Amino acid sequence: MEDKTINILEQYPNSGNDSLIPILQEVQDAEGYISEKSVIKIGKHLDIPSSKIFGVATFYNQFRFQPLGKYHIQICRGTACHVLGSATVLSTLEKHLKLKAGETSRDGLFSIEVVACIGACGLAPVICVNGKFHAKVTDKSIIEIIENYRKENDESEK
Amino acid sequence: MKINFNIEVNNQSVEAIKGETILDALNRNGIKVPTLCHMKDFTPTGACRMCVVEDEITGKLITSCSFPVAEGMKIKTHSPKVVEARKTIVELLLSNHPDDCLYCVRNRNCELQNLSDELQVRERRIIGKKNNYNIDNSGVSIIRDPDKCILCGRCVEVCEKVMGVSAIDYVNRGSQTIIGTAFNKGLNVSSCVNCGQCIMVCPTGALTEKNHFPEIREALNDPAKTVVIQYAPAISVSLAEEFGIESGKDINGIMNSALRKIGFNRVFDTSFAADLTIMEESAELINRITNNGVLPMMTSCCPAWVKYAEEFVPEFLPNISSCKSPQQMMGSVIKNYFAKTENLKAEDIYSVSIMPCTAKKFEAQREEMTTHGISDVDAVLTTRELGQFIKLYGIDISKIEPEVADSPLGTRSTAGKIFGASGGVMEAAIRTAYYKLTGKELVKFQIPEVRGFEERKETKIKIGELEIGVAVVNGLVNAKKLLTEIKEGRTDIHFIEIMACPGGCIGGGGQHIGSNEDDLKSRMKSLYDIDTNETLKVSHKNPEIIEIYDKFLGEPLGHKSHELLHTNYDKRDVLR
Ligand code: SF4
Ligand code: FES
Ligand code: FES
Repeated sequence: MEDKTINILEQYPNSGNDSLIPILQEVQDAEGYISEKSVIKIGKHLDIPSSKIFGVATFYNQFRFQPLGKYHIQICRGTACHVLGSATVLSTLEKHLKLKAGETSRDGLFSIEVVACIGACGLAPVICVNGKFHAKVTDKSIIEIIENYRKENDESEK
Repeated sequence: MKINFNIEVNNQSVEAIKGETILDALNRNGIKVPTLCHMKDFTPTGACRMCVVEDEITGKLITSCSFPVAEGMKIKTHSPKVVEARKTIVELLLSNHPDDCLYCVRNRNCELQNLSDELQVRERRIIGKKNNYNIDNSGVSIIRDPDKCILCGRCVEVCEKVMGVSAIDYVNRGSQTIIGTAFNKGLNVSSCVNCGQCIMVCPTGALTEKNHFPEIREALNDPAKTVVIQYAPAISVSLAEEFGIESGKDINGIMNSALRKIGFNRVFDTSFAADLTIMEESAELINRITNNGVLPMMTSCCPAWVKYAEEFVPEFLPNISSCKSPQQMMGSVIKNYFAKTENLKAEDIYSVSIMPCTAKKFEAQREEMTTHGISDVDAVLTTRELGQFIKLYGIDISKIEPEVADSPLGTRSTAGKIFGASGGVMEAAIRTAYYKLTGKELVKFQIPEVRGFEERKETKIKIGELEIGVAVVNGLVNAKKLLTEIKEGRTDIHFIEIMACPGGCIGGGGQHIGSNEDDLKSRMKSLYDIDTNETLKVSHKNPEIIEIYDKFLGEPLGHKSHELLHTNYDKRDVLR
């Protein structure tokens, strides 16, 4: 099987510490997340201990360490969404799915990502699930939206 | 050349040396400034800001640990502004810190406690959300409690700069920051080598060793068990500090009697097993040299180094001596030889060791360290824990008479004793190898070139016709440098002693917390004084060693030795 991380690393011959962030970004783009295996490979390539790579990666919100869920929920925490209550939406969402932002549910169905303004301020507060926007979400409608996706999935599996 | 000038400190003139930090200048002139993240000989990180002083010219607060002195400088070290700033830092650190000092191992030996006392923190002004992280109990030697961590980063520094391991680092950001392993996994699956140097530098109780008091006490209370104890060469010259006695004082006799008073049925000296290690290891060295074996041979006494090799440089595993460490040789001899002489079954013996070392706890539970499925050593106490244990049993060491260790397995040469210092194993092994190869003793016995605290010591030794190159390193970062040279083609070294801890086991991760460089020097001096003052200086002349070969083992590297005293290691996959 082709190894995406290795392919990326091959683009960075003889590189040092300063290539770490771009490599992490590319790996995340290619694989959806930063896996343990990738960290080990990157560490070998750049000669950086995995704890250091993990330390750097966790410093930035953009990196995630679990594969994306089947339904990837991006929730906007930009200013407009914030003013209209995205914080409660997020906490309801986290409580409902028993997940934290950046994590993926055990069954692999849902993952949550917090994003900055996604340029849909008119629809605030807004979430985006697998590219599909949901406007003016509230702490009630968010649960409905999620449960609809769950239903959709259950049906597709029948 | 040193350029000196004066700076003004608290309206008085103070001499400073160009290039030094303000902190160094202050300390040299008798002014103490509190620090937290600062460590001597490390590049300052400036993480804690505890060491701030006021620059009178700009009115700013600057960190004295990282700021170099400059001509014309005027500073205040204890102005109200400075003291207030330091106090606020401590109050902030306390605001999310668990308030369980009374239940903490570091109670009364905690830098955070001391600072809060010194700065007169007497009320809770800042109330924060208490830390609530999981304790990492997964390791065999070291426990991490991130709740108590104040993020000084000293552990991260030693792990990287002294050990070259980097099992831990800062994880997350801002108020979420913790010290953690890669992917927040347990220490047990990390690259941690259990050396315990992180514990030695941790200002609080965030890092501690795993304690086995309950099991040991239970064994002591069980009439069916014969409970034996052995202590490493470094212990007798280190224990004093646990009781506030002058550092380096050798209290071997008192320790023997305290151990008997606690109820240990037999008190043995690991230095005897160090002599045994020398018999085996010098034979192995001669064998490797004369039979074209894998060279350079590397010592195997330090379990932190052995784990490091398994993880980081498995290509050198064939170079590592197959000898078990003295702790494990002693354990094996106790359960197999001593048991026989006393008509005991190995299962009826509970074998405890006292080590200056946390990695020995890991070593004792390794599968390689069993004989017929029975562990050679059942529980390991650190020097610190021995101090606590003696206090727990209410023994007043100022009022007891010294006693000698039990025999056999209690008599040692001074060669076995100097194992506790970096270079000691090398020197002891060469003394015996020299005799084995030439039939004569090494003149004066000493090899001063391999003694002392330097990171690396190298020399050439002439043994009859043979000239061998030897190297001694302490600090695994220094081992790594040497191994890289060897990988790149150096062939002039035949024997290497590697110890993880600075200065060797006298600087081990199980030693007294809060000792300084001078204390370490006194411990080392004390070991070499013993070597100078006593007459039995070589392992091969130790009468009890001669006896155990006669009665039980046969020959070094013989069949019995292989079964009981040797082992081997495999590559280890960890998250590194
Ligand atoms: S140098 Fe000594 S104290 Fe340090 S880890 Fe090795 S054996 Fe233990
Ligand atoms: S001791 Fe100077 S900043 Fe921490
Ligand atoms: S202070 Fe946190 S681990 Fe040392």
